[in-house]
Amino acid sequence: MEWFLQQLINGLALGSIYALIALGYTMVYGVLRFINFAHSDVLMLGAFSAYYVAPAIEKVLPLPSVLGALVIILISTLICAGIGMLIEFLAYRPLRNRPKLTVLITAIGVSLFIEFTCQHKSVFGADTKPFPQLLPATDFHVLGLIISSNDLLVVFITAILLTALWFIVQRTKMGTAMRAVSFNQQAAALMGVNINKIISFTFGLGSALAAIAGILYALKAPGIEPLMGVQPGLRAFVAAVLGGIGNLPGAALGGLLLGLLETFAGGISGLSNYRDGIAFAILILILLFKPAGLLGKATIEKV
Amino acid sequence: MSADILELNQATIRFGGLTAVSELSLRIGSNELIGLIGPNGAGKTTAFNLITGVYQPTDGEIKFAGKPTAGTKPHDLTKVGIARTFQNIRLFGSLSVFDNVRVATQLHRSQGILDALWRGKGFRSAEKEVERQVLELLDIFDLGKLRDEEAKSLPYGDQRRLEIVRALATKPKLLLLDEPAAGMNPTEKEELMHLIKFIRDKFNIAIMLVEHDMKVVMGICQRIYVLEYGIKIAEGTPDDIQSNPKVIAAYLGTE
Amino acid sequence: MKSADGAKRWLLVGIALAVVASYFTPQFNRYYLGIAIDCGINIILAVSLNLINGHTGQFSLGHAGFMAVGGYTAAKFSLVFEAMVPDSLKPLLFVAALTLGGLIAALAGLGVGVPSLRLKGDYLAIVTLGFGEIIRVVVQNMESVGAASGLKNIPKWTTLGWTFALAAITIYAVASLVNSTYGRGFIAVSDDEVAASSMGINPVRYKVTAFVTGAFFAGIAGGLYAHHKQFLSPTGFDFLKSIDIVVMVILGGMGRTAGVVIAAIILTLLPEFLRQFADYRMIIYSLLIIGLMMARPQGLFTLSFKKKGAASV
Ligand SMILES: Nc1ncnc2c1ncn2[C@@H]1O[C@H](COP(=O)(O)OP(=O)(O)OP(=O)(O)O)[C@@H](O)[C@H]1O
Ligand SMILES: [Mg+2]
Repeated sequence: MEWFLQQLINGLALGSIYALIALGYTMVYGVLRFINFAHSDVLMLGAFSAYYVAPAIEKVLPLPSVLGALVIILISTLICAGIGMLIEFLAYRPLRNRPKLTVLITAIGVSLFIEFTCQHKSVFGADTKPFPQLLPATDFHVLGLIISSNDLLVVFITAILLTALWFIVQRTKMGTAMRAVSFNQQAAALMGVNINKIISFTFGLGSALAAIAGILYALKAPGIEPLMGVQPGLRAFVAAVLGGIGNLPGAALGGLLLGLLETFAGGISGLSNYRDGIAFAILILILLFKPAGLLGKATIEKV
Repeated sequence: MSADILELNQATIRFGGLTAVSELSLRIGSNELIGLIGPNGAGKTTAFNLITGVYQPTDGEIKFAGKPTAGTKPHDLTKVGIARTFQNIRLFGSLSVFDNVRVATQLHRSQGILDALWRGKGFRSAEKEVERQVLELLDIFDLGKLRDEEAKSLPYGDQRRLEIVRALATKPKLLLLDEPAAGMNPTEKEELMHLIKFIRDKFNIAIMLVEHDMKVVMGICQRIYVLEYGIKIAEGTPDDIQSNPKVIAAYLGTE
Repeated sequence: MKSADGAKRWLLVGIALAVVASYFTPQFNRYYLGIAIDCGINIILAVSLNLINGHTGQFSLGHAGFMAVGGYTAAKFSLVFEAMVPDSLKPLLFVAALTLGGLIAALAGLGVGVPSLRLKGDYLAIVTLGFGEIIRVVVQNMESVGAASGLKNIPKWTTLGWTFALAAITIYAVASLVNSTYGRGFIAVSDDEVAASSMGINPVRYKVTAFVTGAFFAGIAGGLYAHHKQFLSPTGFDFLKSIDIVVMVILGGMGRTAGVVIAAIILTLLPEFLRQFADYRMIIYSLLIIGLMMARPQGLFTLSFKKKGAASV
């Protein structure tokens, strides 16, 4: 029982991070119908932004502290939102009406470009860097469980962000336009929606979430390096598909589920070595039995 | 003529709340030329999709050559003898005219991947024979000189004709034509009418025609079914249909 | 074989050339010889992926995974039986190892293909990518093939002759397939699945066939690679390797065999030329991918087959 609860908490924390990343994939897929491979690198850039911003902030605000952390997260988020929009503008916008495959491969190219550039010794370098302690961390011992304040915080922040995102998408003009674009781009354009602006906004929003996810992930990880985004990125993509790609609640649900499944499987000896493969095994099973994902709707192609 | 080649009994399909085809019953004799008409969105193409197995009916039954077709995949229905053209032309754009027709001959051959790899004598002579048949078919429809053109680069009328030839290459017993006259000029339409009757007689098959051009439909069809909102509102000879008040209302009400 | 078949004659010429080349290899510089063999292996990989991605219009990102399956299978087989077989029979053992590697890879292709071929485009890409990851994880945990530290001391049996002969066979196989009436179905499926199925072509069957055939040759390439490098590690068959092969296919012009062969050679040689910029090599490479997609997504070597004066709409 204790084991179960412990895994549940760890799984929720991991799943929250996946959920945040998955939202970015799903939003971009919603408006542009392609997998933004570079999303996982934005996540990494989020962590690195925090890494480089932290020493500057430390001169004015004490670290670790909640306020300091918030400021650092905010700055990194803005940086990454800008990077996300820039990537869209430079690499994807010129290809807007090209075949999906062309865009997909370009996205892979962009992802490799960011990874290899960041690995270069005059940029970040390929080595693992220790991530600064942004927040005062304590472990709570409750009922024989160890709950780290970081994990709690991750779940808490995710909950807030999900609510905020829901509000943006459902209640703001931008969000309404976003939904319109993802429903039918041409019709939205005819109704006077500025498609470029909406797509740019979507990338910004998704990248902001990825940046936060990257920092939260870095807080739990032993250190950061330019390829740190690859694995969580792939998992989050699986999570998005699991939930039904293009579906926001689906992405959140998929992320949480995947985090839990992975943590529980990781806790079972014998399975733990195969942890990296589990996400994909789940993906294949899901696509076999429910190709549209848990919350996605199956559609019949019109002939 | 006794045996009907195709029989629909109360065939119905719903998409969510929309009943696109509702309890449609019809039958076609093995050498008949039948029309299926109705205003836009009446469910004509959907009926074709049901017959060809692209969609499965929500209710009711479809029988081809006496056998129920439920659960049979489109490619297997083609093998037993149903071929079609598409309202929005669906040629193999990157293949040549010749190859578009050639791929449609494969279904009756037992030679597959291993023969194609080994390229033995039997295989090569069979390929020659296929080539001969395809060219013959192309020539009948005056497409022989275009054999090496990419299908997507053909003019519209040729594309429509090529689609018909491709369908014929599968050696069908029933040919479904979805608005073959769309986009054609009056002369081309005239030619098409002859062509359709010619096909019916030369290949001795049943043809079902969906067409908005009443001159074409009334000019060549032996019997006509009329759909409106997925429901059959009339059936009969061209003369019956033209004087049927329900049909007139359906057309005047929507167009 | 007294056949007048053009395709087969070319195949025989190819194999003969490979054998002759092999005869002279002792005079070659070892470094160049190694690169030539790399070229041959990449040709096999690219031409076989071209059947899946180019002709059949699927998008597989898992070709390196099939290569890994074939490579590990062949290598393990050779290592187990090497000592039991006299030297004179070693070539036979090699052929057996390669074939087995190809077959097991084909089986893996079937395993991935059947569930995932109902999927389209990006979904398929991600599933095949996932498959590659699963293979890596499984190999990393298999002690019998060296787990994470790799499989060592694989006999060095791959020669220039073997490689080029097999490359010739791959090209022959893919070309005769897609040029046959049967094989035109691959392209038909890629152009329009719905239309293909209404012409009696079973799209799923074709896609699986393309997958299995492609995987078979990727497995052979893996076997050649194993007996060339004499060492296999799970990280050698990662996502990047799959991307490499995909880029060869795109650069060569999807579905154009000759172009793909040239692209495979160029992309094998390119890193050698970029050696002095080693630090920037991968950055240049990724920019090349982006640039290619922006400027010539149809590939560098696509010739327009359209005749002059052809009617166009
Ligand atoms: N796959 C599908 N999903 C949802 N609705 C569909 C689908 N296919 C057809 N419909 C709907 O079914 C109805 C009938 O369509 P159908 O294409 O059969 O009409 P039609 O008689 O062929 O019209 P037209 O003359 O315009 O070709 C339409 O309202 C259409 O939107
Ligand atoms: Mg229609």
